[in-house]
Amino acid sequence: MVEVLKSGLYDTIQDLGRFGVQEYGIPFSGAMDMLSAQMANKIIGNNAHDAVLEITLIGPWLKFHVDSIIAICGADLNAMINGIGIKLNTQVVVKNGDTLSFGKQQKGCRTYLAVKNGFQTEMVMNSRSMYKDVTPTSTVKKNDVLPIQAFENKTGLTNSSIKIKAIHFDSEIIEGYRGQEFSRLSETEQNSFLNTDYSISKDSNRMAYQFEQRISNTITPIITSAVLPGTIQLTPSGQLMVLMRDCQTTGGYPRIFQLTEESINKLSQKTVGQKIRFKCKDW
Amino acid sequence: MGFELTYQPYSERSILIEWPQKIDQNILFDILDFKKTLQNSNIKQILQINNTYSSILVYYKYTIDNIYNEISTLKSQYDSKISSKSNGIKRWKIPVCYDDQFASDLEQILIEKQCSKSQIIKWHTKPIYTVFFIGFLPGFLYLGGLDKRLYFQRKNKPRMKVEKGAVGIGDFQTGIYPNSSPAGWNIIGNSPLEFFNMNVNPPCFATAGDQVKFYPVDLDQYYDIKKRVISGEFKLEMEIIHG
Repeated sequence: MVEVLKSGLYDTIQDLGRFGVQEYGIPFSGAMDMLSAQMANKIIGNNAHDAVLEITLIGPWLKFHVDSIIAICGADLNAMINGIGIKLNTQVVVKNGDTLSFGKQQKGCRTYLAVKNGFQTEMVMNSRSMYKDVTPTSTVKKNDVLPIQAFENKTGLTNSSIKIKAIHFDSEIIEGYRGQEFSRLSETEQNSFLNTDYSISKDSNRMAYQFEQRISNTITPIITSAVLPGTIQLTPSGQLMVLMRDCQTTGGYPRIFQLTEESINKLSQKTVGQKIRFKCKDW
Repeated sequence: MGFELTYQPYSERSILIEWPQKIDQNILFDILDFKKTLQNSNIKQILQINNTYSSILVYYKYTIDNIYNEISTLKSQYDSKISSKSNGIKRWKIPVCYDDQFASDLEQILIEKQCSKSQIIKWHTKPIYTVFFIGFLPGFLYLGGLDKRLYFQRKNKPRMKVEKGAVGIGDFQTGIYPNSSPAGWNIIGNSPLEFFNMNVNPPCFATAGDQVKFYPVDLDQYYDIKKRVISGEFKLEMEIIHG
């Protein structure tokens, strides 16, 4: 098991998410940056749906009470084992008694810790992704004990390492398709949406990302309809809400844009104040 | 009977099917028949199908390769759908306590509507509501059929927190908050039932197409029901309506 000596800013257990239960109003959840989370699993030979720890900006202090192999992918938060820096995107051996900690954030917003065979926290409706009122706990806290299997590495480490392209963290271009209500915006409003430079506001989290900038909006709310992670809703006051993995299953604001999967992952790595622009793709 | 539907890609993995943008029972039953047909069709690429008032979102397991093929498959399924309305409809009887301690926005409504509390309770408990879908929060039922006299605009500033079980009115809709949450609707009462419980399968007793009827209970009855709900002794009343 892994003992949480000190919690980070916002740590949750995540996997690919919860499917087939949105008709009960249950969100998909799942890792915000699926690419990095899946990469971490792949590096140590885990299954794609194995649960990882999603760590946001400030990492926790974790003590391992078993041997295991880990990989960390995503944001660079200066991970250390027993105080000595370790590499991202590669297999790392941890021993019973080792402490994994994190330092100053260098790049990106969210990093993913995969342990051999995944975290074994409670599975609810085929997923371990934490969400309030669905899983027994909604975040990882100090003194929590996260069950993992012991894994003794007998064959020696392979040099298995995969690199996530720098563009995943550096690109300011967020791509998507015209949303269901996009055509109801006037031409001026459409252009203003696509030509504005946005900066990420502090009201950004696993449910939605928001921006400092507003755009003019003359379209009215719709009859409550479906939304998905990546849907951009436009509120009456001209605020954009980019829905993320923990978003509601339905919404009544016009849906003006739908991000690509890749761009949801990219946006998940953006921190407060960072700039982005939207780019429109055609079906 | 069929409606004029539109089929459009919604995301890389989903297609949105839209009916005329209205809140209407005939549309709902057409949607639910189509949903059931799709669920029974065993199209193996489909991961899940959700409905709202006037749309269905079909979500696929993988990125959709050929959108036109998928849309034409969906269209032929719509043409072959069978009406299931004759199987009977579940009607749930839901206790609501309208006591002042729960009804934090009732006074405002009484002032604006110029009516008495007992009238509000009568208007709220008389209709048979239809569950259109579950959304917003786990277990939040979107109910259609609110008496026009109870239409009341949402609060300009949502409350940061309402209690679990809070019964609210938002514009032309009424609903129950299954857990404590921020809320933009006007709260007029509270129901002692569990509307979302992960320990039972399915976690919500009601589903789209079901009916709901409220009945008023006083504070003593409320706490008695609540106690029995927690101990598992409360038997929720339900009848099957054939129509």
